[in-house]
Amino acid sequence: MSQVSETTGAPTARSTMQISDTNVAIEVIGMHKWYADFHVLRDINLKVMEGERIVIAGPSGSGKSTLIRCINRLEEHQEGQIIVNGTELTADLKRIDEVRREVGMVFQHFNLFPHLTILQNLTLAPIWVRGIPKAEAEATAMHYLERVKIPEQANKFPGQLSGGQQQRVAIARSLCMQPRIMLFDEPTSALDPEMVKEVLEVMISLAEDGMTMLCVTHEMGFARQVANRVIFMDQGQIIEQNEPEAFFSNPQHERTKLFLSQILH
Amino acid sequence: MTTLDTGRAAAPRVSFFNDPVIRGIIYQVVVAGLLVGFIAWIVGNTAANLAAQNKTTGFDFLWKTAGFDISFSLLPWSRGSFYWEAFLVGITNTLLVAFIGIILATMLGFTLGIARLSSNFIISRLATVYIETIRNIPLLLQLFFWYFAVLKAMPAVRESLALPFDIFINQRGLMVPRPTPDQEFAWVMITFGIAVVVATALSVWAMRTRTLTGHYPRQVVLAGKAADAFVTFLIAFAALLVLFAVIFPISNAPVLAAILAVLLAALSVTRFAALTRGVLSFVIAFLVLDTALGSMFSWLPSLFVTVLGAAVALVIARVVYTGALERPPSEARFPLALMAVIVIGAPALVYWLSGATLAFEVPVLQRFNFVGGLQLPPEFVALAFGLTIYTASFIAETVRAGIQAVNKGQTEAAQSLGLKEGDRLRLVIVPQAMRVIIPPLTSQYLNLTKNSSLGAAIGYPELVNVFAGTALNQTGRAIECIALTMLVYLIFSLLTSLIMNWYNARVSLVER
Amino acid sequence: MTDIGFVRADMVDAKPAPNRTSGAIAWAQKNLFATPLDGVLTVLGVVFLLWIVPPLYNFFIGHAVGPSGTVEECRMENAGACWAYISSEMEFFIYGFYDIPQQWRPNIVFALGAALLIPLLIPKVPFKRTNAVLFLFAYPVVSYFLLAGGVFGLMPIPTEKWGGLLVTLIISVVGITLSFPLGIILALGRQSKMPVIKTLCIGFIELVRAVPLISVLFMASIMLPLFMPQGMTIDKFLRALVGVTLFTSAYMAEVVRGGLQAIPRGQYEAGASLGLSYWQRMYFIILPQALKHVIPGIVNSFIALFKDTSLVYIVGMKDLLEAVKTKNDTALEWQSANTATTGYLFAAMVFWVFCFSMSRYSIFMERRLNTGYKR
Repeated sequence: MSQVSETTGAPTARSTMQISDTNVAIEVIGMHKWYADFHVLRDINLKVMEGERIVIAGPSGSGKSTLIRCINRLEEHQEGQIIVNGTELTADLKRIDEVRREVGMVFQHFNLFPHLTILQNLTLAPIWVRGIPKAEAEATAMHYLERVKIPEQANKFPGQLSGGQQQRVAIARSLCMQPRIMLFDEPTSALDPEMVKEVLEVMISLAEDGMTMLCVTHEMGFARQVANRVIFMDQGQIIEQNEPEAFFSNPQHERTKLFLSQILH
Repeated sequence: MTTLDTGRAAAPRVSFFNDPVIRGIIYQVVVAGLLVGFIAWIVGNTAANLAAQNKTTGFDFLWKTAGFDISFSLLPWSRGSFYWEAFLVGITNTLLVAFIGIILATMLGFTLGIARLSSNFIISRLATVYIETIRNIPLLLQLFFWYFAVLKAMPAVRESLALPFDIFINQRGLMVPRPTPDQEFAWVMITFGIAVVVATALSVWAMRTRTLTGHYPRQVVLAGKAADAFVTFLIAFAALLVLFAVIFPISNAPVLAAILAVLLAALSVTRFAALTRGVLSFVIAFLVLDTALGSMFSWLPSLFVTVLGAAVALVIARVVYTGALERPPSEARFPLALMAVIVIGAPALVYWLSGATLAFEVPVLQRFNFVGGLQLPPEFVALAFGLTIYTASFIAETVRAGIQAVNKGQTEAAQSLGLKEGDRLRLVIVPQAMRVIIPPLTSQYLNLTKNSSLGAAIGYPELVNVFAGTALNQTGRAIECIALTMLVYLIFSLLTSLIMNWYNARVSLVER
Repeated sequence: MTDIGFVRADMVDAKPAPNRTSGAIAWAQKNLFATPLDGVLTVLGVVFLLWIVPPLYNFFIGHAVGPSGTVEECRMENAGACWAYISSEMEFFIYGFYDIPQQWRPNIVFALGAALLIPLLIPKVPFKRTNAVLFLFAYPVVSYFLLAGGVFGLMPIPTEKWGGLLVTLIISVVGITLSFPLGIILALGRQSKMPVIKTLCIGFIELVRAVPLISVLFMASIMLPLFMPQGMTIDKFLRALVGVTLFTSAYMAEVVRGGLQAIPRGQYEAGASLGLSYWQRMYFIILPQALKHVIPGIVNSFIALFKDTSLVYIVGMKDLLEAVKTKNDTALEWQSANTATTGYLFAAMVFWVFCFSMSRYSIFMERRLNTGYKR
């Protein structure tokens, strides 16, 4: 294991986004995970400061999704530590609930609740988890729906919306819980190309507001524009990480070079 | 068939017989003609046959005296009753056994369906074996088995098997105590009705306040706490009383039980509530396990049974204890105990104040037979039991499919929003699963009702037996009897599909 | 901000999972003791098994009287199932009152049926079409003349004498082979654009599906003779067959309809654009795909029909269930506490083996076809 440091000045587009020097949002220390006998995540060490925007890239099956699913305990890890906002994730349900309240997640296939209207999708958790009065929850929901630019769809059902709209609703649903960290699990992979942009725009505006974000995505343009750090994973381990400029222009590891040459042509 | 023909310049003219519309009409006319001819032929034959046998037709026989016995009837029945009354008796008996079968099969089927999906290997395998065994054996065979091989092999009346609560089982069926309420008991029932309404209204109000303001009304929370303590006291007192009476006999048991129960109840309103639940569940689990294991493995030494029961009960108590630790504080919980206290407590209070009595007429063994009580004939018991066992295996598969139809992502999304397991099931999973489950479940209910006609083979007087069997044989009005019988089932089926269409239109998920 | 550049120098090799994720202990931990509640359920399940398995074992095997036992042993205290009764009455359970010296005839029918059916069911065996034609057309004719006799010097044996498993199998095989094409025709009729035909088919399907089989059988056995011209009688066997076939065809029609609806419109249009006629379109393009889709549903209908054959007992036919019940009630020389139970358990096992193998076969076919779709 070796650390290669490189200092490049942050480009102006990102200069407005504040990254905390002291507050750690997520810390993963020596984490391993197995599915039965298959070693999916190997020796993961990761420290995310508040306000950081991290893009995780890598070939399929490299464990990217599993990693972020471990962070809100949709998957269980077997060795090492995961500490989110100062709470270490263990089998303790109270801690898991605590972490999940603070961490929002957006899925590849949206996972909206099809039997509830958009507004109900957005207010369900605030009402039943946070105990927020309904009127207040609805006001918040409308605020976030406006933010993702679809307030007029509030009383429709998810099945009536396009994929891009559904994904924006899913982001708004997470935001309604006012999380401190957002996890994105390939949010644009299931979308038609023309809808990718509208979802990315929402994600960019979130980043500009200083949200701590971990995104598994193949959108390298998004990584260049928004991320302050790109992590490359393969075979269940972190192979290389760096600031986006350096990562794309000067990859160090053989696997990273190969991967980049394949996706960037 | 044809070669390329380039010589056709004229607009294509459709020949008369090749015009699809005309063809369709011709086909339909031919089919309709054939059908009408066939029916005319049948009607002619039937009329000739009936004339040859000197038989008349018509429904006038419905107003004639039936003159046969029906062994089991909810409606008043005697030999002097009319055929239309026999028809009604048949329908009510069908509906009775179907109703009981549906309730029991639903409970058993849901349990089995959920058990089959359990992550616990043993539980899911047990459910699978049940389902795969039962649904691959004809229902009629199962009915014969229960009726001829099990119930008929029951001891004779004099050696009846005595079950708890004055229930007896013998060759002649199941004898259960019959409730005999007196005049004043009506007030108790009225109070019960009012209490249910009040409790429902209260819960609706509490839930609405919860969604609107974010917390339950303060008064309800306080009353809920009191009710919690009260219920805890009652359960603890009863459980301890039984414990001291059955397993550790001591003097002054009621006093000690009362003192301990008050302590537990007091503890239940403090932050040690989880401890109360742990202790209580230990006592109850221990009682149940000790008695059950003792009777299941009567050859084991009783000390061993006691130790084993205590060990398992301890594990159960730990489960309940950790579960209770996870419970939100009483301010954030639906006041279930309060509703129970209202629904059960108010009628109990009226019962006690008004001096009403609800006696149970217990079946008593006289010289030759049981007298008193409610005597369920073996045909009814076998049919209800067989239908329950059989239909439950199909309902279980329906339930399993319904739950599996809910995408795994739904659970994950609910988890990632921080919803707790109970809320996850109540708000996200169950509403979606029920949409998938209810239509096939209804058709299982309809199947059960249709299958109850197999009761005819073991002599239960349901519709087919009474009307398409006995009445038909006595009157010889085959067409009328069978038509009326089929009509009843047809109406059941049409009503059900009407309700289902309405339901499906209401709940179907809106798609683009 | 910390330095964030990092390049991994040495890859981490896959390590074996800690004990908690593999091996027998891990399996038990995951499947039996994942949570304390699971542990409780496991304990209760084991207790239940300990309670139920020994008595069942003793009844079926431990204390049971073997096939060569005697009735005295069956009558002993604590005796289990009386398999001796089954083995001594086996002939009756299989053939009913069919004349004993002539039983080679049903045997040939059984053997022929197996010889034709088994290669039909195994996907790899060739000559499917010839095989199917033989099974569907030649086999029934040959079987009928073999069983009923009256030709080629075979002794005539009236259907009243047929019984037991023979009758159960005849009714179900004939019912299946007839109700299948009938169901397809009804399903096509229901999809038809011609209102008269459509209404007729819907009316028939919905009426039959609304009423219990037993009432259809009553109708077939009581009203069918009334419908025929005077002096013409219909064999009781035939009446039951008509009832069972009509009943199953309505259910089959609904299954086939499901398959037809799953075929995309493009397939109909492609067929039409090739200039195929309606029947050619159905036969070559639509039905082969539609039926493949609904094989599980079709087999489920077959299973239901097979189980339903037991109902012909109610209209006086002598099937396997009737044979067992008759012997249970009348074989006084075998009377003991467990005779009736053993008889019904035997019948249940026979039915179970047939139904269970059909359902397994349908699962096998479904998997095979699924992989076919997914490449």
